[in-house]
Amino acid sequence: MPEGSTKDGIGASVRRKEDKRFLTGSGRYTADISRHGQLHVHFIRSDHAHANIKSIRTDAAAKADGVVAIYTGEDVAADGIGGPICGWVVTNRDGSPTNEPPHPILANGSVRYVGDHVVAVIAETLQQARDAAELVEIDYEVLAPVVDLASASEGVQIHENVPNNMYFDFELGDEAAAEAALAEAATVVELEVRNNRLVPNAMEPRAAVAEYDPVDEAYTLFTTSQNPHLTRLVIGAFMLSIPESKFRVVAPDVGGGFGSKIYVYPEEAVCTWASKKLQRPIKWTADRSESFLADAHGRDHINKVRMALDANNRITGLRVDSLANIGSYLSAFSVVTPTILHAPLLSGCYQIPAIYTNVKGMATTTAPVDAYRGAGRPEATYLLERVMDAAARQVGMDPAEFRRMNFIPKDAFPYQTPVALQYDIGDYEAPLDKALEMIDYKGFEARRAEAAKRGKYRGIGLSSYIEACGIAPSAVAGALGSRVGLYESATVRVDPTGTINVMTGTHSHGQGHDTTFAQIVADKLGVDVGQVQIIHGDSDKTPFGMGSYGSRSLAVGGSAIAKAVDKVIDKAKIIAAHLMEAADSDVVFADGKFTVAGTDTEKGFGEIALAAYVPHNYPHDRLEPGLEETAFYDPLNFTYPSGTHIAEVEIDPATGVVQLVDWACCDDFGNLINPMIVEGQVHGGIAQGVGQALMENAAYDENGQLITASYMDYCMPRADDLPDFKVDYTVTACTHNDLGVKGCGEAGAIASPPALINAVIDALSPLGVTDMSMPASPEKVWRAINEAGKAQAAE
Amino acid sequence: MYQTNYVKAASTDEAVGHMSSGGQLLAGGMTLIPTMKQRLASPETVVDLAGCGLSGIEDTGDAIRIGAMTRHVDVAESAVVQGAIPALAALAGGIGDRQVRNRGTIGGSVANNDPSACYPAAVLGLGGTVHTNKRDIAADDFFTGMFETALDEDEMITAVSFPKVAKAAYLKFPNPASRYAMVGVFVAAGGDGTRVAVTGAGSDGVFRHGGMESALDGDFSASALDGVAVDSSDLIGDIHAAPDYRAHLVREMAKRAVDAC
Amino acid sequence: MTNVNLTLNGKAVSADVPDNTLLVSFIRETMALTGTHVGCDTSQCGACVVHVNGESVKSCTMLAVAAEGAEVTTIEGIGSAESLHPMQQAFHENHGLQCGFCTPGMVMSAIELVEKNPNPSEQDVREGLEGNICRCTGYHNIVKSVQAGAQKMGG
Repeated sequence: MPEGSTKDGIGASVRRKEDKRFLTGSGRYTADISRHGQLHVHFIRSDHAHANIKSIRTDAAAKADGVVAIYTGEDVAADGIGGPICGWVVTNRDGSPTNEPPHPILANGSVRYVGDHVVAVIAETLQQARDAAELVEIDYEVLAPVVDLASASEGVQIHENVPNNMYFDFELGDEAAAEAALAEAATVVELEVRNNRLVPNAMEPRAAVAEYDPVDEAYTLFTTSQNPHLTRLVIGAFMLSIPESKFRVVAPDVGGGFGSKIYVYPEEAVCTWASKKLQRPIKWTADRSESFLADAHGRDHINKVRMALDANNRITGLRVDSLANIGSYLSAFSVVTPTILHAPLLSGCYQIPAIYTNVKGMATTTAPVDAYRGAGRPEATYLLERVMDAAARQVGMDPAEFRRMNFIPKDAFPYQTPVALQYDIGDYEAPLDKALEMIDYKGFEARRAEAAKRGKYRGIGLSSYIEACGIAPSAVAGALGSRVGLYESATVRVDPTGTINVMTGTHSHGQGHDTTFAQIVADKLGVDVGQVQIIHGDSDKTPFGMGSYGSRSLAVGGSAIAKAVDKVIDKAKIIAAHLMEAADSDVVFADGKFTVAGTDTEKGFGEIALAAYVPHNYPHDRLEPGLEETAFYDPLNFTYPSGTHIAEVEIDPATGVVQLVDWACCDDFGNLINPMIVEGQVHGGIAQGVGQALMENAAYDENGQLITASYMDYCMPRADDLPDFKVDYTVTACTHNDLGVKGCGEAGAIASPPALINAVIDALSPLGVTDMSMPASPEKVWRAINEAGKAQAAE
Repeated sequence: MYQTNYVKAASTDEAVGHMSSGGQLLAGGMTLIPTMKQRLASPETVVDLAGCGLSGIEDTGDAIRIGAMTRHVDVAESAVVQGAIPALAALAGGIGDRQVRNRGTIGGSVANNDPSACYPAAVLGLGGTVHTNKRDIAADDFFTGMFETALDEDEMITAVSFPKVAKAAYLKFPNPASRYAMVGVFVAAGGDGTRVAVTGAGSDGVFRHGGMESALDGDFSASALDGVAVDSSDLIGDIHAAPDYRAHLVREMAKRAVDAC
Repeated sequence: MTNVNLTLNGKAVSADVPDNTLLVSFIRETMALTGTHVGCDTSQCGACVVHVNGESVKSCTMLAVAAEGAEVTTIEGIGSAESLHPMQQAFHENHGLQCGFCTPGMVMSAIELVEKNPNPSEQDVREGLEGNICRCTGYHNIVKSVQAGAQKMGG
């Protein structure tokens, strides 16, 4: 662990300010909140993947003990309640818009996945709500499910306005150029990969507590959200028609999100709606089983990849044709994830003159699929880093050297890719070299030979990734179909005594903002980190902001804070100049002190703060009293973290078990504010990527039943599944934000799956194995070994 | 969970009395309580056995007798068990996780006869005896099918005895998600010959594998199992392992168990 | 309904609860100590781990009535913000937590693990935490925390 410096500003591994409340059980998660007189809601969910609702009989349930109300889709429709909207849509190849079907918060007429919300049973206790739910009779007309992604277009149509079950048909790049490159190539590498479907599984299940104040005609919703302002906007403006000024949304401590808590879900809207109808607070807490069924899932792509190489093994073209499983409804970022967050990443770290991709977003009768840690970028990186290894193997090159020779050179920045992005800065060889050294790449063949003596197959695999974070200029996002802005906000309020409150529009659900953001402020103002309090997650307290996802909090939210602090300093300098009877331009601020250049006259930051609030001797002709500034920061570009991750595995041929024996990674996140927190983010990201590559898979059967619907069958990484990780960094500072930061939250999850699968294939390559799908489960690996053995025996 | 009534029995007789009026026995609760939480079981009465005095480990000379309410942690950490049948202590130390071992009991595990449980492999592999309030049941007669045993409706396990054997070992291939045995093989060599019991794999629950037993009786070595066929037709197939893979693992775990003996 | 009497974090408590009340509900709802969490419904995640008579148990898989007379210790009972337990302190110093949701169960498991094995190896810790799932940390820093906590508890 980086020890950091003794000071607690930027670059120091300050221990987290938020830890104590979590370590002592004083954290306040949504499920910990109870309101006087609250009722409990239990949702009856569809048992069928696809069905028409013929009738719902609630009379017996309504008479059961403690039952206060039972609502169905008809009640929702009668009140004119809207559904959660899709936050970002795309234009199809033919110029038509994305097909957007309605998404009622309680099913009206049809159900479209197992877990779909059908009836809300509200009672005095949860026990009573559940007991009563068993008395509700629902008569379904079962329809054919659509489960298989590859054949989804041929399935029964799921939504009236989504022909061929295709929500969108997106393209990016130059098809003619990519096809020409493939036609002229010395080598064409072809690969089809499946990016397996995952369940995000934040450890805190979703929950909501809503209450209505009839006197103020105002609602308060406590909810497990990564972006309370967005929740307020969507539920208030699009679903329940609540004036935003009468709607407070609080996301208190949130136990992990990984994307799954970005979206507005039906449950929190039902709680809010019912809180007014019943004039009682309404509480809902998901069971883990409900989370499996009805949290938005992640990934689930099929990608067909063709890469062109010239005679010198330089990449000349790339074509990717993808199917993305979007599931039963369009969740908030379900469209942007496999398109705008995916296609522009297909250039990776490489110079590829011609790229074309087509992505078809398909409807199936499965849970909605949306952004999950990395969101589109892991899928792009996976297919690209898999095909890079396949290409190296095909032309007989070392995979590290093949990558190196195709890297965008460090003197080529800013670099315009053929898929829309302009990378501002990077140096891809430096982290590659460092990671190779960290894992002792040169010594690998000796380790492979040693393992072979023990009867194990050892393999090594690389992944050199780039990601686009900190989305991005709002104007560009808007032009690409975003319905929201993508700036961030901050208010820095200096108290009269010099302590500082920072209200941020981002949200922390494990990332340590209380500490990282405080370090930025402490560093810039020269105060102790303990003097800085970060406030987030309450729409009544913080300025309108976009929340936390896409590794944006530091690059965008941190930049907004830095900007607000700069405004504070600018104002404070004028106050200081007045107090010290100096010209503004002669005042210098450093280490928490204002000095007049060339003199020993100085004023402390605290003195200026006091003067701002007790403005007896004050430049009233120039300034208002007080020391509080708000800034909104709209980024000029994405940020582009990059790096190389290397996995080393050993496979037991007798069982097929893949043991992850070593991991080295070197990332370029730009400047680091708190290296300890950054390292923790990398660890967690890698673990989720290891989960995807080796263990996790959300599987539906042919009837559309989720068969991995609990931890009994959905394989979560545990401590003994993982090794220690070797983590290091190189730095090229981001050129377009003042902090020079890029973001680190998703990198591990983006980089790691292809590194692992490449390592597994490398281990098995002496047997002739060239492909392995995720997750590389023991059975799958055992079969690959067996079949390779049979093939070799036949030769 | 449905409403239920809880009673704590002070003796085996009292517990049996509750059983005859429909009471469901509660030992460690590691299976019953999750099942009740899922509303898959709705006993009107649960009868806690914690006060029946059924916990304890005793060396009876040629066997080890373990009271039904003895927890996995107590078996795992017992010097008596570790000395006499180390494979049994190791098996108990590998059941579930630390918290399961702190609550789960041998009686509950054996009575439930979950096809993925570890203990049935030890009972059958060692040729143990299940003691009940009514009789002693030989292991070979006890396990009658998936989640089914020879226990009568008013019969409860009071203890399980395991004969001391010359050598024994248990090897488990855990289900990567649940950590239950996807395949577990208990191999024991004693005076009456070799016994090989397989858990986690059989559609009818734990079973002995005669082919491997005779192969090992002839030559107690892992390589003796190489040619032994494991019929996959009666094995479980699920998303984690198809029957043929399970069959392969049965032989592989058996070989490793022999090596570990 | 049954009257349950037990010692919770050193204090005698008593309440009438329905017989099907889980120990975790008794702690969280009846006793309003919300540091113990519920992260799954199949007894696997370990967010609900507490000590019953000094041993770690999943409080979601035990009836409250079965804890009659027991000494139950939750995360709130092992240290305070002013005076953290050595294991809590180790998690803080080694960044062994992120979102904090699994943390109470993780710390309670870790304490028992170290009480039984005062000097655990990395592998001992990884295997000993089999019953606790964390989604944030990749366990790397949790393992470091537990080993550091073991040193502190021993010293």
